[in-house]
Parts: sequence; structure tokens; C-alpha cells
Amino acid sequence: MLRTLHERPRTRSAKGRTGGFFTTMSAAALDLRGITCTFPAPSRDAEPYTAVRDVDISLGDGEFVAIVGPTGCGKSTILNVAAGLLAATAGEVSVFGTPLAGINSHAGYMFQAEALLPWLTARGNVSLGLEMHGVARAEATQRADAWLERVGLAGFEERYPKQLSGGMKKRVALAQTLVLEPRILLMDEPFSALDIQTRQLMENELLDMWSADRKSVFFVTHDLEEAISLADRVVVMSAGPGTKPVAEFKVDIPRPRDVTEIVQSPHYLDLHRRIWEILKKEVLKSYERGKTMVPVG
Amino acid sequence: MSPAVQRTVVWSCRLALIGILLVAWVIAINHSKIAMFFLGSPKVIAEHLFQWFATGKIFRHLGITLLETMLSFVIGCSLALVLGLWLALNDILARICDPFIKGLNSMPRLIMAPIFAVWFGLGIWSKVALGVTLVFFVVFFNVFQGIREVSPVLIANARMLGARRRDLVRRVYIPSAMSWVFSSLHLSVGLAFVGAVIGEYLGSSAGVGYLILEAEGTFDIETVLAGVILLTTCALTLDYIITLVEESLLKWQAK
Repeated sequence: MLRTLHERPRTRSAKGRTGGFFTTMSAAALDLRGITCTFPAPSRDAEPYTAVRDVDISLGDGEFVAIVGPTGCGKSTILNVAAGLLAATAGEVSVFGTPLAGINSHAGYMFQAEALLPWLTARGNVSLGLEMHGVARAEATQRADAWLERVGLAGFEERYPKQLSGGMKKRVALAQTLVLEPRILLMDEPFSALDIQTRQLMENELLDMWSADRKSVFFVTHDLEEAISLADRVVVMSAGPGTKPVAEFKVDIPRPRDVTEIVQSPHYLDLHRRIWEILKKEVLKSYERGKTMVPVG
Repeated sequence: MSPAVQRTVVWSCRLALIGILLVAWVIAINHSKIAMFFLGSPKVIAEHLFQWFATGKIFRHLGITLLETMLSFVIGCSLALVLGLWLALNDILARICDPFIKGLNSMPRLIMAPIFAVWFGLGIWSKVALGVTLVFFVVFFNVFQGIREVSPVLIANARMLGARRRDLVRRVYIPSAMSWVFSSLHLSVGLAFVGAVIGEYLGSSAGVGYLILEAEGTFDIETVLAGVILLTTCALTLDYIITLVEESLLKWQAK
């Protein structure tokens, strides 16, 4: 039973639909259809846990989409499926029209937790991806240094992660991801561990960099302010388990934006109120369930 | 107190302790024949040590003991690294081997020394074998732990950056394991040294342990103690060298 549940559906679809059938339609950067993720029960008397159920979500080419939802609702699960790190129990993922199998090589991923290799310097961490892609050492180093400079860390190339502040580590992580020039950027609450000033600074810098080459971004956060100030579109997820999108809002605040100023505009306040009305219900639901349930993941 | 003053106080107290001990020792042997027999004379011990170095007799023995230590350490570490890596990355294999490894580790290994002497002869290899059995387990458990404890986020990140299995082993698992191995260097080098000396002591034809064994046969307490002092000095020096090596290898762990 479990075996069939955990079969990788995307291998089937890869065989089934060859040719340009899907690519002729406007190829979204990412297209998730009917994604369900069920995790096997941790012990014999526990139930299997379905983190997300029947999720349809898509990310246009060059679009910035924020996914908001109560903490622990399975937002990260969706990103992991999109990244190809996690095989969905059911459903299909396509990347620029091609079914995804294995790691999503078009995507860069910025994790919520510390993900730099502690035994490599800032330079070593940034050039790591290039070296693994077969770029020669000298060129990799040069490109890494250029990116470190771009994220404002010139002069810190030889530092180890332990010798950098939280904000600096996030910058290294950003450079580490962007140096590979991914077309899709997956971000899992990347700035949630930072203090508010550093965070807003990083958000503005992210917007600057994004507007330069318009990558497609999936940005997961539980912070509505962050979601509205950054994104073109905000997707609200329901409380877990069995999370799915419950509402979608277009953010038509003109760009370029400044996240520190945007929060005072009436347009922003109106959007915030409308989205919060829906998000609040889910947060409360999640809170109620949290009181009776053992948290999973 | 300033740090400089503190250091002076600490060092003078240490020297004073040694001085008091020596004076008490000399008084004891001057007043009692029995103490003289059991403890020997510090002056004679110093003479022995001086003679060893002056005639150069000691260098061959010391060289052999240190060679055994080094070989035990290098061979023990390499075996442990390979096996630890293999088992940590292969769950089924790890489960199969678990009771055997635990059993071998809890076995009193010094008892194997005579068996190694039979297997490998009285030359250096029986001592190396004993040292390897001591070093191996310390390093093995550290490698195993080091690989099992790698944060899944690090793995996920490396995979997103394009790491294949080979890259993961080379760039993530091995460095992580090595950091654990380095942090137990004091223990593993110390054990390699202990293995070499004990091995020599239990049957050999050369080495500092052999010198001690030989002197014990003729109740030459002064030579025994001279050997012990020499070994202690060696162990302290090794430990100091490791501290230096550690500082350069683990600089990424420093704040």
C-alpha cells in the first residue's frame, strides 16, 4: 500500500507525455499540478501525515510569487517538491514545460536554516557550485569574488561562516545561489532569522537584484508584510495538515518598491487588510489544531 | 592581576612543586636504604638520561617507538576512515556490523598483545598492530558520527548546487568526518603511543618500552624511571604538536 503511494508519478508522466504538447502552451517557469505529499507514519500506531494535498500552483516566467500561510503548514514541502529534493506522493511538476525528474537544475534554493559549508571560506562556499559544475578553479574563484562584491562582501572572501554575522551569512548564501545563474529562485523564509533592519535591507537588495534580470521567484514566508512588499502575487495557504492554496491576490503596487516605505501606502494597507482577513482564519485554525495535535515537521 | 603576572605565578608554583618533590625525594633516600631501593636516586636517573643522549644510544630506541606510534596512527586512521565512511553511508551494512564492532571495541585489547607477537613477530609490526586496534575504534566512531551528524540542510544545499554522490562524499561527508577526527587527535595519538610502548614492554628487542623491560629484569629502578620520564616528555611533546596542528586545521571552528 505504502509502496504504491510513494511511487514517483513524474517518471510515469515523463514517459507518457513526450513531445511539445505542453511546451506549446505558455510555459510557466514552474507548474505544480495536484501535488500531494504523504509522509509515512513515524511509528506503528501513528497515522501517515499528509502535509500538502492536491496543490495546484504555478509560477510564471519572471514572476515573483510569495506563498504565505501559518507556520508549519507545509509551505517548505511545496518548495522541496519544486526543487526536486522531495518526490511528491501524487501530482506532477513541470519546469519550463518539461516534467521534472530528480533535482531541478534550473532552480537555486535559499534555505531558512544555515546551509553554508562551515569548513569553507565565503569564497569557497560561493565557488562550490561552479566547481561542481566543472568550472576551472581560477575562473570559479574569480566569479565567486565578483558575486561576493556584488552582495557587499568584498574583503570578506577569506572569512569562514563562523566569523560572519547572520546578515553576512545570508548574503554569502545569496551569492552562492545566484552565482550559478538559476532561472528559478526558491526561497524558504530566507530572512526570518535576521533582525528587522538587516532584513529590510536584504529585502531591498533582493528586489534590486531581481529587477535586474527578473528571475522567477517562489518566496515562502509566514510574514504577510514581507510577502506583499516583495511579490507580484501572494498565495495564501490553508492550515495544515493537507495544506492547499485558499486564495490568491495580485499585488499591483508599482515597482521599484522600497520595503521600508511601501508599508505606509494606502494601497498596501488595503491589500494587507484583505489578505489578513483570510490568513487570520487559517492561522487561528492552525493554532487551535496545534493545541490538540503533536506538531509534525 | 595582569595576565603576565598570573603566568609568572603559575610557572613559579609549578617549579616550586617540582623542587619540593625533589628535595623530599633526596631526604628520603639519604635516610632510608629501603627508600633508596624503591625510588632510586634522582641524580643517577639524570645521569642515565644524560648518558643515553650523550652516547646516542637512546636515539635508535626512541626512533623505533616513535615510528611504531606513527605507523599505528596512520594505519589506524586510514582503516577507520575508509570503514567508517563505508558503514555510515550504507545503513544495512552498518546494522549488520554494529554488534561486531561494539564487541571488538569492548574487548580488552591489551590482552591481544601476546597474540600479535605470535602473528607478527617481535619486531615493530606486532606493536603497530596493537596500536592500530587502539586507534581504530576512537577514529572509527568519530568518522561514523561525523557523517551521520551532517545536517540534512547542508546535503540538500549541496545537491541544489549540483553535487552528485561523489561530490557529496568528497566535499561534505569527508570534511565533516575529518572535523570530528581532528577534534579527537589528542586521544588517538595518545593511544597510538600507549600501544607502541605497551607492545614493546610485553616482548620486543628494541624501543623505549624494551629498555624499561630490560632494566626491570635487573631491578635497575633508576633506568626504569629514566625511561618513564623520557616517555612522559615524549607524550607531552606530541600533545603540544597536536595542539599546534589542530589550531591550523580547525581554524574554521574558531569564532
